[in-house]
Amino acid sequence: MLKRVHFPSSPLPYLLVAPQLAITLVFFIWPASQAMYQSFLIEDAFGLGSEFVWFENFEALWADQHYLDAFLRTAVFSLLVAALSMGVALLLAGFAQRVVRGAMFYRTLLIWPYAVAPVLAGALWVFMFNPTLGIFPYFLDFFGIDWNHYLNGNQAMALVILAAAWKQVAYNFLFYLAAMQSIPNSVIEAAAIDGAGPGRRFFSIILPLISPTTFFLLVINMVYAFFETFGIIHAVTQGGPGSSTTILVYKVFNDGFVGLDLGGSAAQSVILMVLVIAMTVVQFRYVERKVEY
Amino acid sequence: MAEIKLTDLTKSYGPTEVLHHVAGEIRDGEFIVIVGPSGCGKSTLLRMVAGLETVTSGEIRIADRRVNELEPSARDIAMVFQNYALYPHMSVRENMAYGLKIRKLSKAEINRRVEEAADILEIRQYLDRKPRQLSGGQRQRVAMGRAIVRDPQVFLFDEPLSNLDAKLRVQMRLEIRKLQQRLGVTSIYVTHDQVEAMTLGDRLMVLNGGYVEQFGTPIELYDRPASVFVAGFIGSPAMNFLPATAEEEGMLLPSGIKLIAGVGQRGPVLLGMRPEHLIPDAAGPIAIEVEMVEQLGANTLLHGKLSGTDHAMVASVSGHVSAEMGTAHRFSVTPELLHLFDPETQKRLEA
Repeated sequence: MLKRVHFPSSPLPYLLVAPQLAITLVFFIWPASQAMYQSFLIEDAFGLGSEFVWFENFEALWADQHYLDAFLRTAVFSLLVAALSMGVALLLAGFAQRVVRGAMFYRTLLIWPYAVAPVLAGALWVFMFNPTLGIFPYFLDFFGIDWNHYLNGNQAMALVILAAAWKQVAYNFLFYLAAMQSIPNSVIEAAAIDGAGPGRRFFSIILPLISPTTFFLLVINMVYAFFETFGIIHAVTQGGPGSSTTILVYKVFNDGFVGLDLGGSAAQSVILMVLVIAMTVVQFRYVERKVEY
Repeated sequence: MAEIKLTDLTKSYGPTEVLHHVAGEIRDGEFIVIVGPSGCGKSTLLRMVAGLETVTSGEIRIADRRVNELEPSARDIAMVFQNYALYPHMSVRENMAYGLKIRKLSKAEINRRVEEAADILEIRQYLDRKPRQLSGGQRQRVAMGRAIVRDPQVFLFDEPLSNLDAKLRVQMRLEIRKLQQRLGVTSIYVTHDQVEAMTLGDRLMVLNGGYVEQFGTPIELYDRPASVFVAGFIGSPAMNFLPATAEEEGMLLPSGIKLIAGVGQRGPVLLGMRPEHLIPDAAGPIAIEVEMVEQLGANTLLHGKLSGTDHAMVASVSGHVSAEMGTAHRFSVTPELLHLFDPETQKRLEA
């Protein structure tokens, strides 16, 4: 341990961390504590008065079948988004790594979707899958699939999963590519000499060696699916049809700003916050440490 | 039975040719060392034999089978890499068994082979460890174990000892040699270390700038170097070179002294003499003004200049010699031990 005497006390360090502290306080701690406080209140329908009710909002959520459904839906949604976008990114990174000529060009193209705003990404997919105008419903018709995500809840879910995964592929791709490039070439060559074909090398050498990246991305993608997919869902389905694409973060918005149940909405966002904090803890405690070589 | 035949082999990266018309035949069971300075193309040549680099033109035949177009896995070779290239997520046992599993050998057979190799290399107690729990020397053994369990036709070594410390390097060198003799597998070994090359190889291929300078036994290379490069590269300390003029009755040195030697040449030559062939002789023709003395114990190196000139010279004298700085020491040399080279082509001239 370094002793205090090594560092003469000075206001400079405090000054240097002050901006970061201020930002954290104003944009995170303050709203979070407000949400926490609000989750203990019930407001009347006109917003004229509120009553402190302790955990009544949480108890109401626990008893609300709609909320429990949304919970399950979110789990399915985020797992599928993470699996799909990571799977596709892994595949693309595997291919991109083998490309020698024009590699920069491909990589740049593959990174572009990340720069697209969520709402725009959603709008893009809405047009492509529009039941009357879209190109994909036209093609799907040949296979006897009647596409209408305005009416069919499962199709709506599939569409938001596709759009959300598509947007995250670029991010995952970057990390996977970097991880693959950090594997010494001679290890791959040794496997090739040992008789392993490209597929076998991928599954028995490359995949285990990039497992730390996979763990990291899994957490990042879950958090992404929990929160940042709001824009996409809002643009594509607005949580519908019915509530078939209403995931937790969308329900927070819907209940709070449409249904005007501020206390219940705040309670939901507190639960979401706890979930994400838990995931971050898992990330730091296990994933960062569990580097396999 | 695996002889290797290289025919007119070239390798180009774009317009740059890095290997020029390499040819050579390697007999079954022979230990060949490819040696040369860094960037001479020796690793590229090895990787071409392994199938990790494509062949631009020419032909590689292993066991009388053209392998140019074959995948590395189809060439029946095993390779030991400079950084060992062990699979970090597998135990030593799994590392060694990986290639055998791919060949779908039975579990019992895999275990038998792995344990046999582990016994040969004395790594049996490490079989269940991960590579990161092993020292450099132990990792090197595992890498060799992974090569020998496959029972290949050819071993390829790409500077396998250069990451080890000096003492371990000498020890591993002997072990590799013994192992190769015991298994009798044709081997190609790449190194930049001439001592390693001399002690390991049945024959040495000296590469320089993508050209084969000489291909022969260590003694041939030492006794009759084919070029100035080989002469300077093989032997330590390096050979002395002096520009000289060959005349009727001897060799005129730049110091104005005439060296009496039967010479079949006329005109300017490059005269080479090994430091260990200079014999202290009070009446000798070669005078060296000593500038620095290196005491190595068994012998003493005298560094200096040929008297009256700026040509650096080294003499290696056995035993302890005390020499005053700045004094001239006289040496003689047996004429048969002189080497003559053409100053233009740098090739050996036969006396």
